[in-house]
Amino acid sequence: MADEVTVTEEVVKDVAELAQLKVAEGDLEVLTAGMKTILELAEQMQSVDTTGVNPVSNPLDATQRLRADEVTESDQHELYQSVAPETEDGLYLVPRVVE
Amino acid sequence: MSDSITERSLTEQLRDLEAGQYSSRELTEAYLQKIASASDINAYITVSSEQAIESADLADQRRASGDSAPLLGIPIAHKDIFCEKGVKTSAGSKMLDNFVSPYDSTVVSKLKEAGVVSLGKTNMDEFAMGSSNEASFYGPVRNPWNHDRVPGGSSGGSAAAVAASLCSAATGTDTGGSIRQPAAFCGITGLKPTYGRVSRWGMIAYASSLDQAGPMARSADDCALLLTHMAGQDHRDSTSSSVEAEDYSSALTSDLSGLKIGICTEFMDGVDSAVADILDQTRQSLEALGANFSEISLPNTHLAIPAYYIIAPAECSANLSRYDGVRFGYRCEGPENLEDLYKRSRSESFGREVKNRIMVGAFALSAGYYDAYYKKAQQIRRLIKQDFEEAFASVDMILGPTTPGPAFALGDKLDDAKAMYLQDIYTISANLAGLPALSMPAGTEDAMPIGAQLIGNYFQEANILRTAHQYQQVTDWHKRRPEKGETA
Repeated sequence: MADEVTVTEEVVKDVAELAQLKVAEGDLEVLTAGMKTILELAEQMQSVDTTGVNPVSNPLDATQRLRADEVTESDQHELYQSVAPETEDGLYLVPRVVE
Repeated sequence: MSDSITERSLTEQLRDLEAGQYSSRELTEAYLQKIASASDINAYITVSSEQAIESADLADQRRASGDSAPLLGIPIAHKDIFCEKGVKTSAGSKMLDNFVSPYDSTVVSKLKEAGVVSLGKTNMDEFAMGSSNEASFYGPVRNPWNHDRVPGGSSGGSAAAVAASLCSAATGTDTGGSIRQPAAFCGITGLKPTYGRVSRWGMIAYASSLDQAGPMARSADDCALLLTHMAGQDHRDSTSSSVEAEDYSSALTSDLSGLKIGICTEFMDGVDSAVADILDQTRQSLEALGANFSEISLPNTHLAIPAYYIIAPAECSANLSRYDGVRFGYRCEGPENLEDLYKRSRSESFGREVKNRIMVGAFALSAGYYDAYYKKAQQIRRLIKQDFEEAFASVDMILGPTTPGPAFALGDKLDDAKAMYLQDIYTISANLAGLPALSMPAGTEDAMPIGAQLIGNYFQEANILRTAHQYQQVTDWHKRRPEKGETA
């Protein structure tokens, strides 16, 4: 069992990196408080012994259905790319990564 | 005339259209007029007036030429979480404010096939994360019963639209109570089906192991009609169930004699006394209809909210990683590099609650914490599911409250996240276990509606709809509408 986590502003900055969010200094306090509220609620779970309990990943305990590896959809990339911010020749444009 | 036709139930409107008493165009125009005059409720994000009239005309032509599609010409509204081709689909977020869906979700296309007219897209908490509809980029929805109160959330726009007769019925989604809680707050009937009963394809994802779409309407028989044309396996959603969908309307009329209903002792802790009295009266009505009651226990109920607030954020952090400013949605101005593009696009367009849940989820899934949080929550989920399985060995369904009390005031819980989260205390367990559950109007407190909840065993939608329908044959709570013109 993990030790109780202290949600510090440092923890929040680390998690924001993982989540690809930019946290303005002014928002740090609010986000720290928000995370604390939820993680404090979650602490109640630690009082229950769940040794050997099989975790639920699908509420019906269903497993992933397989299908034949066949093409079932037509190529509609132009339609689907029509909602993209920037494209060129069927490619999505982003800032240059490699100089 | 135009006012009275919007007050008819979906089932009645179908009969009227069939009998030629009015056309789908007249009905659609009547709703569009009402929507325009009730804009202060803010129930809709997008009103598709032109498309609605076009499809109403088409429905009238089809009917004239002998077409008998089951919901032909019925004007409904879709929660703005269902992709609808050619219509803005925002999920209540600035992130998708510019997103016009290039395709129809399965729910939208199935209902289209059944003949409905789509009036537009209803307001909701951003990405379905909220219990008051105050977390929408498009502003809060007002409860038609009292404009100073919230309609509930996250399907608050759909609930308010049905309650204020701004559509015949509406679609909603429910991850932790988002159909049932607003249904209770707005005095309508709402059903969250069994997980996997309705396809999630094209429904913007929040927490994929919990999300489920369902009908929101004036009565159980309207819900049954709608569900019949929403449910079924879909090859595009691998979690949609292969259990055969039913004609949910056909089973409504059989009586309740011998039906075994459980009252959960843990659910009765914490409800206010008015809600407790209302549930007692609901029990008496159902007993008079032939149901037998007994007490049951769901001992792990108190762990449902803690487990939910790890599982849902964890899944949301994964699902919302698709919003990166590259393929669709909001893109920040002048990104310096790729990382700046991702981070600013997300940070500038997600609201506070969405960011909060993404952060909690990213944390709970991170190395060193996964077992203590995510795995632990999924184990607790097993205990909650087992509690229900044990209960359903002795009863057919469970009666309980939908919410601890009536709709609260706008702004009341905005600065108290924990109080907001606790609103869903009676609804979340059914999502964790994947069970079907319905909320129906059962009384009032402070002149505001109160809902009673029926939780059924897996794929027992027909049974809980029948129970609610029989209850609605001997009571009139579901027929009460907000006073006209009531404003703050």
